[in-house]
Amino acid sequence: MKNLRHATALAAIACAGMAQAQTELSLWYHGAGSANAEEALVNQVVADFNASQSDWKVVLETFPQLAYNDAVGAAALADELPDILDVDGPVMPNWAWAGYMQPLGIDEAKLEGFLPGTIGRWNGEIYSVGLWDAAVAMMARRSVLEENGIRIPTLEEPWTREEFDGVLQTLKDTGEFDYPLDLGMAWKGEWYPYAFSPFLQSFGGDIVDRDGYQTAEGVLNGDAAIEFGEWWQGLFENDMAPGTSQDAADRETGFLEGKYALSWNGNWAALPVVEKFGDDALFLPAPDFGEGPVIGGASWQFGIAKTSEHPEGARAFIEFAIQPKYLSAFSDGTGLIPSTADAAADTANYNAGGALEVFYELSENQAKLRPVTPGYIVQAKVFEKALADIANGADVIDTLDAAVDEINEDIENNQGYGH
Amino acid sequence: MASKLTRANRAGWLMAFPGVALMTLFIIVPFFLAFAYSLTNQRLASPNAAEYVGFKNYSDLLGVAVFTLEPERDDSGAVIRDEDGEIEYPRLRGFTRNNPDYPNLAGKREWFSWQSGENRTVVLASDVVFMKALVNTFTFVLFVAPIQAGLALCLALLINQKLRGINIFRTIYFMPVVVSIVVVSLLWQFIYSPGEGLLNNVLGWLTFGAFEGIDWLGRTDTALPSIMAMSIWQGVGFHMVIWLAGLQNISPTLYEAGEIEGAGKWQTFRYITWPGLRNTAVLILIVITMQAFALFAQIDVMTQGGPLDSTQVLVFQAVERGYGKQDISGGSTISAILFVIVLTISLIQRYLTRER
Repeated sequence: MKNLRHATALAAIACAGMAQAQTELSLWYHGAGSANAEEALVNQVVADFNASQSDWKVVLETFPQLAYNDAVGAAALADELPDILDVDGPVMPNWAWAGYMQPLGIDEAKLEGFLPGTIGRWNGEIYSVGLWDAAVAMMARRSVLEENGIRIPTLEEPWTREEFDGVLQTLKDTGEFDYPLDLGMAWKGEWYPYAFSPFLQSFGGDIVDRDGYQTAEGVLNGDAAIEFGEWWQGLFENDMAPGTSQDAADRETGFLEGKYALSWNGNWAALPVVEKFGDDALFLPAPDFGEGPVIGGASWQFGIAKTSEHPEGARAFIEFAIQPKYLSAFSDGTGLIPSTADAAADTANYNAGGALEVFYELSENQAKLRPVTPGYIVQAKVFEKALADIANGADVIDTLDAAVDEINEDIENNQGYGH
Repeated sequence: MASKLTRANRAGWLMAFPGVALMTLFIIVPFFLAFAYSLTNQRLASPNAAEYVGFKNYSDLLGVAVFTLEPERDDSGAVIRDEDGEIEYPRLRGFTRNNPDYPNLAGKREWFSWQSGENRTVVLASDVVFMKALVNTFTFVLFVAPIQAGLALCLALLINQKLRGINIFRTIYFMPVVVSIVVVSLLWQFIYSPGEGLLNNVLGWLTFGAFEGIDWLGRTDTALPSIMAMSIWQGVGFHMVIWLAGLQNISPTLYEAGEIEGAGKWQTFRYITWPGLRNTAVLILIVITMQAFALFAQIDVMTQGGPLDSTQVLVFQAVERGYGKQDISGGSTISAILFVIVLTISLIQRYLTRER
């Protein structure tokens, strides 16, 4: 008995000794309480990394997604940032500009073959890299389209604007659906700029002029943008899609229950569709409104805090995490798109012939980053409000003008955001 | 040498210290900081140092201009009308955007307008969203303060009786106050939900199906009233308890005297209860007014200011700008303006209800 106690004490000392040899690195992650395997997978990567070497010990702290950005902002003000940060792609330039982050310093050769949306660049340097990307598609059912004589679009030949408007009218005329199209208006917040600004870009407009990012004039209120705005308003005026007061539950299950014929939704929502409709499920590319089909790119990524005292340790962890096996594991666990083609081949859903393979191609061919500027945080909010107002019947030109004024004033107040 | 106040009350000051320190740290200091920030261009996160900008933030919010639009005329000088016979006017953006002839209109937007003869008079504001928030907040206060205070008094009179089981009613009326306002807002969102919402279903059932479902929170004319109704329901229990405390402070001998004199129910209320509630009434009026001005959680959860700014309110805008758009100075300016408004109204209320 006494011996056993000695042994325990010794083991405890040994453990403590090991822990001392390893320098602690803190990691913050946004996925606390996530519905899928995301949180368990992050824990797995951290445990594997800690066991794989003796210099560093990563300590993980997870936050609910809704509170995560606020927590980072507060921590930055209090000078309490962790060593390794988890950051949403479009937000990264803001954090880099505000001095929360430092360049990754990872050899670019190691990021070869990564989808463009998974690498976060600001001012010519890489600040963040992601283990996955997300993509949006027009979810549909083959049987519904064929019954109504609607052509099934391809990546090479997506629906044109006229065709798409015709499709909506045809589906509406069947009278079988509450609405022909579900845009997900119930999802307030980042969904609006993420999912809908690609429509605007396909029309030929944008949220801000990407040439220098100093103004939105002529881009968000130019002829192309006004045309987009009028088309957008028409969707709701003509009852083609449920508006801003869409029930959140209908957004989740409306397409599965047959309330909507088409659903503009992300790949994270694709597996239930495959389960429900099997081979009948279709994931179609974005329509081409004139300037080519576009979807939004970039999801959550890892980066290093500026205040980190051990950037080399943080870098070692990130390099460890972007191994193909973890890219595949995250994809299998969450349904997200793995960052490289090699990793995709090893996944259950994105391998050749896999149920979600099409999303990898969508991400590779159509993905466009949201404006890469620190001002994006504000611009996204302004854009969201403008789209909600237009959907609710506000004057298109006046609303877009007001959005431009607000964006420009914000850029001016921030002295050009360091571009 | 210590004054009598500090010396004689050492224990008192010691006991007050934790409270005073916390209030200083979390209420008084931020209060002065807000005033200071409102004179700068302070951001939430920025590598640029904040600069003093004077009263620019205030003029950006409060700027107003009046402009008369003349109708479009054809070559003969006749007014051009569209198919419906409405007079056509040039678009305002021609005057407000990049037009050096009208520097006072630059960057302003139409707030509201009216017709005067052939001309249209337009009131433009630098910040239409703020102006709408201002109007909505006042509307909210004007409806909520009297209705909530009145309902709370009725409830207090109802439950100020010695009946068996009256505590059950007190508990039921007070219950919404104890539940978090965020939870209440989420629940009411389901109640107001279009289509299958509880309210629509109940109204449909009461009218034998004749009632058409209303999208309560999705229409500009019903969104704010819906939030008012829900806020009154949630807050009424709290003020009922304050009224109740006031009621129980009135000496029973007064009621007995009234009974002997043969006073009716209304006379008892008018000449005994109401004068006895005077101080309580002043307190409740001021508290409800201040709480109503601070309306935030319901908006944040249920409508986010929409649809079409019909539920924008000041505190929501302050938070949205300060944190959402990282513009601490803009949020601070709204807070400062709100403070002046609430202070003014409280002082007016104190003056009107003073002891004469």
